[in-house]
Amino acid sequence: MDAAQALADLTEISTQIEAAVLAGHDGSVVASTLVDDAAAKSFAEAAAELLAEADGVRTEPGSEPLVQVEGAALDGSVFVAKDDRHLVAAVTKPRPTVGLVFYDLKTCLRMLEREEEAKAENATKTATRRRTTKKKTEEAESESS
Amino acid sequence: MKARSAVGLLAAGAALAGAIVFVRTKSSIEREHVDVYFADGSMVSLEAGSADGDRLLPLARRVLAAARG
Repeated sequence: MDAAQALADLTEISTQIEAAVLAGHDGSVVASTLVDDAAAKSFAEAAAELLAEADGVRTEPGSEPLVQVEGAALDGSVFVAKDDRHLVAAVTKPRPTVGLVFYDLKTCLRMLEREEEAKAENATKTATRRRTTKKKTEEAESESS
Repeated sequence: MKARSAVGLLAAGAALAGAIVFVRTKSSIEREHVDVYFADGSMVSLEAGSADGDRLLPLARRVLAAARG
């Protein structure tokens, strides 16, 4: 499953979510439910900015890091959750079920993280296999010559 | 006559109390805010009118506007 699939699953399981975007912490878009790339970029950048500004709410030394933000306006709500590498943002209609939306966003981030770990593991295995094959070929060539 | 007046007063009082509860509940539900959650499970709720709330709410509205086009 890739990032786009993770977002597609998110919007499928959470009917409250109107639109969502997966991005890096700097706001670079990884995947989005929006068709327009420029709109997805604005969405991701605005979400990253909200997260960065919210991070400044607690400045005491030793305070725990921020993990998620909900902004409730009169015409809808915005949710942003993050892990070590990514953020996922979603917008909903007014008065959503807050806990449920956050749960779905966290699930989306976990699915993406698992996928990336599996890919990294496969890449390491492939590289090890290639090195072993190359070594065997070199040994066979040196024996024949 | 006195009993009917008392019942009428009670009914009016109950209706007024109900209206107050309804208005207060509705306004508290619809109040704009930003809730910030931390890794230890704590949460800070920032309402419009507070310094941080007034700083973060326009950003939240911007995210909504960007997502809706």
